[in-house]
Amino acid sequence: MTAYIVRRVIAAIFLLIAVTMITFGIFFLVPRLAGETSTQLAAQYVGRDPSPEALAAVEKNLGFDQPIYQQWWEFAHGIVAGRTFRYGPDASVCHVPCFGYSFKSHLPVWPEIVSRLPVTISLAAGAAVIWVVTGVAIGVLSALKRGSVFDRLSMGLALAGVSLPIFFTALLSLALFSYKWPIFPNLQYVPLTQDPLLWAKNLVLPWVTLAFLYSALYARLTRAGMLETMSEDYIRTARAKGLPERQVVVRHGLRAALTPIITIFGLDLGLLLGGAVLTETAFSLPGVGQYAVEAITDNDLPQILAVTTLAAFFIVAANLVVDVLYVAVDPRVRYK
Amino acid sequence: MKRPHLRTGTGTVTAGEGPPDSAFLSVRDLRIHFDTDDGLVRAVDGLTFRLDRGRALGIVGESGSGKSVTSLGIMGLHRSGRARVTGEVWLDGEELVNADPERVRQLRGRKMAMIFQDPLTAMHPFYSIGRQITEAYRVHHPDVHRKQAHERAVEMLARVGIPQPDKRVDDYPHQFSGGMRQRAMIAMALVNDPDLLIADEPTTALDVTVQAQILDLIRDLQRETGSAVVIITHDLGVVAEIADDILVMYAGRCMEHGPAEQVFSRPQHPYTWGLLASMPRINRERQDRLLPIEGNPPSLIRVPPGCPFHPRCRYALLTDGRSNTEVPPLVPVDADDPDHTVACHLTPEDRQRIFSEDVAPGL
Repeated sequence: MTAYIVRRVIAAIFLLIAVTMITFGIFFLVPRLAGETSTQLAAQYVGRDPSPEALAAVEKNLGFDQPIYQQWWEFAHGIVAGRTFRYGPDASVCHVPCFGYSFKSHLPVWPEIVSRLPVTISLAAGAAVIWVVTGVAIGVLSALKRGSVFDRLSMGLALAGVSLPIFFTALLSLALFSYKWPIFPNLQYVPLTQDPLLWAKNLVLPWVTLAFLYSALYARLTRAGMLETMSEDYIRTARAKGLPERQVVVRHGLRAALTPIITIFGLDLGLLLGGAVLTETAFSLPGVGQYAVEAITDNDLPQILAVTTLAAFFIVAANLVVDVLYVAVDPRVRYK
Repeated sequence: MKRPHLRTGTGTVTAGEGPPDSAFLSVRDLRIHFDTDDGLVRAVDGLTFRLDRGRALGIVGESGSGKSVTSLGIMGLHRSGRARVTGEVWLDGEELVNADPERVRQLRGRKMAMIFQDPLTAMHPFYSIGRQITEAYRVHHPDVHRKQAHERAVEMLARVGIPQPDKRVDDYPHQFSGGMRQRAMIAMALVNDPDLLIADEPTTALDVTVQAQILDLIRDLQRETGSAVVIITHDLGVVAEIADDILVMYAGRCMEHGPAEQVFSRPQHPYTWGLLASMPRINRERQDRLLPIEGNPPSLIRVPPGCPFHPRCRYALLTDGRSNTEVPPLVPVDADDPDHTVACHLTPEDRQRIFSEDVAPGL
């Protein structure tokens, strides 16, 4: 088991290296394929009508004059060992993990993204709690009362939840509950440490909006899983033992139906920690997702790299956690 | 056969008040119908039989004859929404079909227990064998400590012949072989010393060499505990091994019922003949082919009128058309043998003649 985890971690590191390489490649190769020179690339990050000297200085500062592999190497090296940037006589030390300075704002990227992490974590974790509880509960009840009014109603709602895009439900909820009936006015992110009550209150709408989509998915998944497991032979055995129906459903049915849901939950959570782009944008939450949008709009390489690497890290980590957890959940699974 | 008897000449008995007789298990006019989109499925249609403690009844028939449905019906395991169960099931003086489901649940696993066909799918893959046995024990012994229940599980595993039961008790079903799993399943069923054990095709999913071991185990345990056993199978070999009585089912009804030695030595129903002729035997001449019963079991939505077996019966023409119109009653074969009953329109003389001239030589 330990050997398995070590191997998986090593594989994950290689995967993250590949992700940075690909991101690098896309950033530099695509403009080059379109015939842009590195000077033209540098021009994006200088003010209007720059002098050729200024342009050359920027190009040199950003390292665009060097070959791609060397640029990548310095970047990767910076993450592991830190980096020192020299602007003429001045030098600035960028500490480990160094993702460099934003091309646009000239602020160090890593501290900025770290400061945004709590927002994204708050959003994802709160929504996750809501969607797991509601989604699984609705799914189980629907499966047990298959064909009932409750089942039809909740599955209809789930279909809506799956189909409606977040930007629509987000704006709708804002329009209704922040403006028309201002139950949640002046939505603004407040750190948990500063005011837990306000933190929660201001996150209710984003949580519910995000959870609506996922609850719908999870309700459908749970329902399908429960319908399948409740027709298994071992459920009949459990009943034949004389177990009360509640225990049959929860200990035998739900226990088996939850296994695939745990897997999907881990992956979904990992994905969201890399930034809930739509929700964060719709509710103006200064999280990682919003940062990613800014990075891409600004074509800001260090920012883009930091965001992609972070997102990839969360997904890889979630995968690993899920696989390890699976051993605990399903005794038939053993890794060698 | 020394037991007292209640026989009304037909397979259907009108529902009475109170326990019908001293029988430990008495099934009377059991009907289990399923409402489906295609129509009403009459899986069991008027089944009556009885069974005493210490005896084993083998219910035999093809797939779809209603054997398993019957066993689940006795256990009260049909979901009320889908199945319509009528008739009576008396277990030790208590009626189950119309009883409070909670009461039936309390009896399930304690007074009557069941073994299923495929122990791999019938055991929960995520819980250890021991956990599943202790669960069955503790649900009916809520005051028993976890530790005591664990000891009981180990004891039961030892009793069904699992080597190193104190170690294997923590194994999961997938770590057991098929035969071991079925032993564990039996241990789980017997953990509360039930008086009635229903085994639904307990050896079908097993290796031939293991089948005999499992049957021996069931028989030994039955002798030890004096419980009643209902064994459901399509394999006459299994029945010959273990059953005191045989009940031959077809299309949800009883075709022939009697002591095993009688049914094997003087089978009365053409369907029983067919089953016997299609059974492989070691002493059969190599060139003799097994004789299948022509045709297929009928749809339980449109059961043929009259004798349900008549479309496949080679002798139906000898009954002057009664087989096609009239449901044959279940009657004793002859006066000195009231326990052996058959539902067939052929006259006893015809049956005797056909069996000795036509059927017996081929067996």
